[in-house]
Amino acid sequence: MTKRSDMTAEKNWSGQKIVSPDYLLFEAPREKHFMTGSEVVKEAMKRCTVDASVSYPITPQSEAAHLIGELWAEGYIGTYFRGENEFGVMSEVAGCAMAGSRTVTTTSGPGTLRAMENFPMWSGTRIPCQLILMARGINSPLTIQPDNLEVSFLLETGCMIWYAENVQELFDMTIAAFIVAEKPDVHIPIITAVDGFFVSHTRESVMLPADDIALPPYDPYAAPLPPIDSEMPPGRFLRDPFVMKSNYISYATHASWQWEVRSAADRSRKYAKHFLKGLVHTTGDDVADVVFVACGTASHQAKEAHRELAKLGVTCKVVKLRTIRPFPTEELIEATKGAKYIFVPEFNVTGWLYNEVVKALYGRSESEVIGKPRVAGGMSMPVEEILKEVANFVKID
Amino acid sequence: MSVDIYKINPEFRDIMPKDIIDLEDNATWHATATKNRGISDLPDKKEILEEHSLCAGCPEAAALRYILTALPIPEDTIIVNSTGCTSLMFPHIALHTVHSLFGNQNAVASGIKRTLDWRFPDKTKDVIVLAGDGATIDIGLDYTLQSWFRQEKITTICFDNEVYANTGGQESGSTPKGQVFKMAPKGKVFDKVPMWELAVTSGCQYSVKLTASAPKKVAKVLREAVLVARELGPTYIHLYTPCILEIGLAANEGLWEMKEQDKERFESFRYVSPEAEEYLKECKAKGIL
Repeated sequence: MTKRSDMTAEKNWSGQKIVSPDYLLFEAPREKHFMTGSEVVKEAMKRCTVDASVSYPITPQSEAAHLIGELWAEGYIGTYFRGENEFGVMSEVAGCAMAGSRTVTTTSGPGTLRAMENFPMWSGTRIPCQLILMARGINSPLTIQPDNLEVSFLLETGCMIWYAENVQELFDMTIAAFIVAEKPDVHIPIITAVDGFFVSHTRESVMLPADDIALPPYDPYAAPLPPIDSEMPPGRFLRDPFVMKSNYISYATHASWQWEVRSAADRSRKYAKHFLKGLVHTTGDDVADVVFVACGTASHQAKEAHRELAKLGVTCKVVKLRTIRPFPTEELIEATKGAKYIFVPEFNVTGWLYNEVVKALYGRSESEVIGKPRVAGGMSMPVEEILKEVANFVKID
Repeated sequence: MSVDIYKINPEFRDIMPKDIIDLEDNATWHATATKNRGISDLPDKKEILEEHSLCAGCPEAAALRYILTALPIPEDTIIVNSTGCTSLMFPHIALHTVHSLFGNQNAVASGIKRTLDWRFPDKTKDVIVLAGDGATIDIGLDYTLQSWFRQEKITTICFDNEVYANTGGQESGSTPKGQVFKMAPKGKVFDKVPMWELAVTSGCQYSVKLTASAPKKVAKVLREAVLVARELGPTYIHLYTPCILEIGLAANEGLWEMKEQDKERFESFRYVSPEAEEYLKECKAKGIL
């Protein structure tokens, strides 16, 4: 059984060499592998010096969660157990993180909603835990199919939200997530999302660094709030508890705390810019009449559509959003400059990303924003569907 | 860590409030105590509960004082709380405490305990849950029982006032059958949930039901429960702390109500597993009980 005290300045408790985040993500030699999103989550966590993980089964994330369990059995993760349901798990994750653990969990669709009360508690508690979200539909009627409606429920929880397009991005993003979330001037939870099945169950080529190197351990004593471990003076700041008072100080305390959580997310931009190489990724023509703004696998389909439109002589660009919270407003405005039409293809019925894009561009863009195509409930998004929508606005021969 | 975290930087000593200075000078800590901490410290030692904002005469406040004064190692004890009247007192406790959500206290405590065991394998860190009957028996029942099934090494204390007092007097699962409360305008239709029995069948090593009428008894039970949890597995204390406001008693009548109930609904219940029994004997022999 590994012990945290086995760690040295050079090696973590499982004997992996501790390297800088930049080395792990950008400099270490990589080799090609062929694996699913779930498998790559295991590989990422293996290199993250993770203290704690709590799991609960749900399709399609179960494989990632039980593979993390294998890491625990292999000595890479400090403590691991199965919780009773997603609400319990997210509370157990909170306990682990409050007490000073680098903590990870995963969930999907209905599990996310069952756990919902925990997410604003997480951000309000300023814990830098990571939730890997493999998005799927929300019942009812019963579905286990891909759909990312659940992300809309998470937008205002105070957690950061990043979105990966494919297996490779999922690997790099889940490593970068800990680094950014744990920055003392950020220090809030992070949700790294992918489209379930499309990424979790699809086998792709990925480039991975060796597994004998890992991130430096989390230092809970660099946190803006003391860890709950009786090793530091207790934060006895509530001599007159504000929570039940109806007075200006109470309101001001709550308000300023909530603003501070959002400000912390804003302060993550500079770190995310470095570790994600930009909050948005742009492909296609520099100046384009048609711009697709998307996240996750929808951006992959948009790139396919771009290739087809290019053949037809339509200038086109794809702007992939990598961070949803904080929302990359300035980057989006810059990337969509000069566009006649902005299409927002999405895997959900409500068009939450369309709403985000419209809000960000309001009064700052002349482009027409079109929230199509929109598919849901497990439907795929064929390129033809995207082209059909474009053809309603742009003459295509 | 140790009592060191309560030491005041000499540079700031002259501007610190008296109660903070007293924590360093006159509180009883495990590291500095010459005998086991307990009720006898109450009259002249600094308590680790500073004031409180409960109703005058509330038995919960008294019970919390008994518990805090009997903690084996307060400087290495974390208490997890839930929503309710008890949450009004928690900000006044000079220890690491957590209020997270309503009902998730045993889940949070499980995470904390697991992490502390991982981060500090060679140190003793006690984790205690203290919540009301609504949090323990209704909204948080799943998480309470599941922590026991998993054999989490934590002590769970339920302050049972048999009502949702903080929200204005609504029926809880712990309310006795027939009692008229808000949300039970015709009287409660089902029996009081026997949580102390569920604790036994759910794997607790130690389960005791009592009232807070006898301070020394509360202190003894608390100490036993914490020691057993530390070594063997989950322990449970079901403590009657009536809401005098909701049952129409005066500020000076709480004690008598508890004494009455010592003979009725809160007649003593005590389960100690054979392993725990053996362990407590060892503790007694070593003088830590």
